[in-house]
Amino acid sequence: MMRVLIPSQLRSYTHGASEIAGTGATLEELTRNLDAAFPGIRFRIIDEQDRIRRHIRVFVNGEQANALAVSLAPSDEVQIVGALTGG
Amino acid sequence: MKRKPATRKPAKSAVRSEVPAPARRARKSLKRVMLMVGTRKGAWLFRSGPERREWTIDGPHFLGHIVNHLMLDPRDGATMLMASKTGHLGPTIFRSQDMGRTWTEASRPPAFPKASDGQRAQAVDYTFSVAPAHLSEPRAWYATTCPPGLFRSEDAGATWAPVAGWNEHPMYWQWNNPDAGTPDGAILQWVTIDPRDPAHMYLVTSTGGVFESRDQAASWRPLNKNVEASFMPDPDPEYGQDTHCLQMHPLAPDRLYQQSHCGIYRLDRPGDEWVRIGRNMPPEIGDIGFPIVLHPRDPDSAWVFPMDGTTVWPRTSPGGRPAVYRTDDAGASWQRHDRGLPRAQAWMTVKRQGFTCDDRDPLGLYFGTTGGELWASADEGKRWRQLAAHLPEIFSVAAATVV
Repeated sequence: MMRVLIPSQLRSYTHGASEIAGTGATLEELTRNLDAAFPGIRFRIIDEQDRIRRHIRVFVNGEQANALAVSLAPSDEVQIVGALTGG
Repeated sequence: MKRKPATRKPAKSAVRSEVPAPARRARKSLKRVMLMVGTRKGAWLFRSGPERREWTIDGPHFLGHIVNHLMLDPRDGATMLMASKTGHLGPTIFRSQDMGRTWTEASRPPAFPKASDGQRAQAVDYTFSVAPAHLSEPRAWYATTCPPGLFRSEDAGATWAPVAGWNEHPMYWQWNNPDAGTPDGAILQWVTIDPRDPAHMYLVTSTGGVFESRDQAASWRPLNKNVEASFMPDPDPEYGQDTHCLQMHPLAPDRLYQQSHCGIYRLDRPGDEWVRIGRNMPPEIGDIGFPIVLHPRDPDSAWVFPMDGTTVWPRTSPGGRPAVYRTDDAGASWQRHDRGLPRAQAWMTVKRQGFTCDDRDPLGLYFGTTGGELWASADEGKRWRQLAAHLPEIFSVAAATVV
């Protein structure tokens, strides 16, 4: 199971958990599986055209992922970050 | 006993006489007003006492969330929908079945279809308004979005589907110029439904003006004759106007009013040529603004909140002296009402959905400013008092009568 770090903005979906276990061979699969476990979470971070939203960043083992096709392995760490908005 | 001969009463009396006076008084004593205030940092509910003198504040709800609009369904008096997003997270709809005490999220919020190859891919940035559909469709709602999209729910806001008749109209990209619109993007602002016919609808956009459908959103045509678009090369185009607010009178649905970027207008259907009734406003005030509010029992009465549309368009109260202006003759003349409002150095802006009324008698009026002030009048706008001074930027104020 891969380690998925959840930002404060999304913890209302994960019942307060800052870290959860995820599955999926790609970021697309991971976000679909997350949505099955925590309904509604995916659309808050991925839009209807399957683009990562403007103020969300996703890092896989510290490297920024820009598309959902990125491959994942069970040993990976995926960090979701709310970034670059304010005021 | 002889019956008195029938007399022809004016519209106002006819409406009021539907409920016998004693029953009306009894019901009035139980009625309270709830204001639903959407702000850039969450939602607040204000609940009045029976006389609308005392108000309790309930909030914040969803602190930090951008709440463009929330509304109670007048058809069941319980369902409330809230259009929300946050700075980081995408748009969604929250639903309450107990007048705002508890909330759940829509399982399928408004979203455009996945674009196929060669199509322009659109994603909802935020939902601007939620509106109950016709009385005959008790669980149906409409939502309008930025970029301009129309969505419909059949299940009281739990799931939403795009309305292809607008979103995929052959003229969509001409009517919704992606390079135009407000600083917050091009908006489909509001759905207005004829109470006599659920298939007869109007839409308002910030880049196209007013559009009409007579087949429940399957097809649309512009309805902008005589509405100025001074920011266009052709100041009188078929479409391209920037309508800020459209109101249909609930008792006289053939009467429409609009506050546009370029003035205040009235249209009496089946006519299709708008009349600029804002020409009758004092010249030093002008007729620019965002909202317009109609008296629910008098089709000739309306209120506007003028803003400065000169030079660089400050969009603030002219001269720093806020006031509402009222007409009681369908726009032939206007009266200033500012008692209780600041006399000077008050540079208020009230946005499209920031001014509303209740249905009490005398009518209560309410507006919220971008500076976070909430103001109320319990006497049809003659006197005003401040209900809140330090809320976040107010996007919308909606009123409901509750028991």
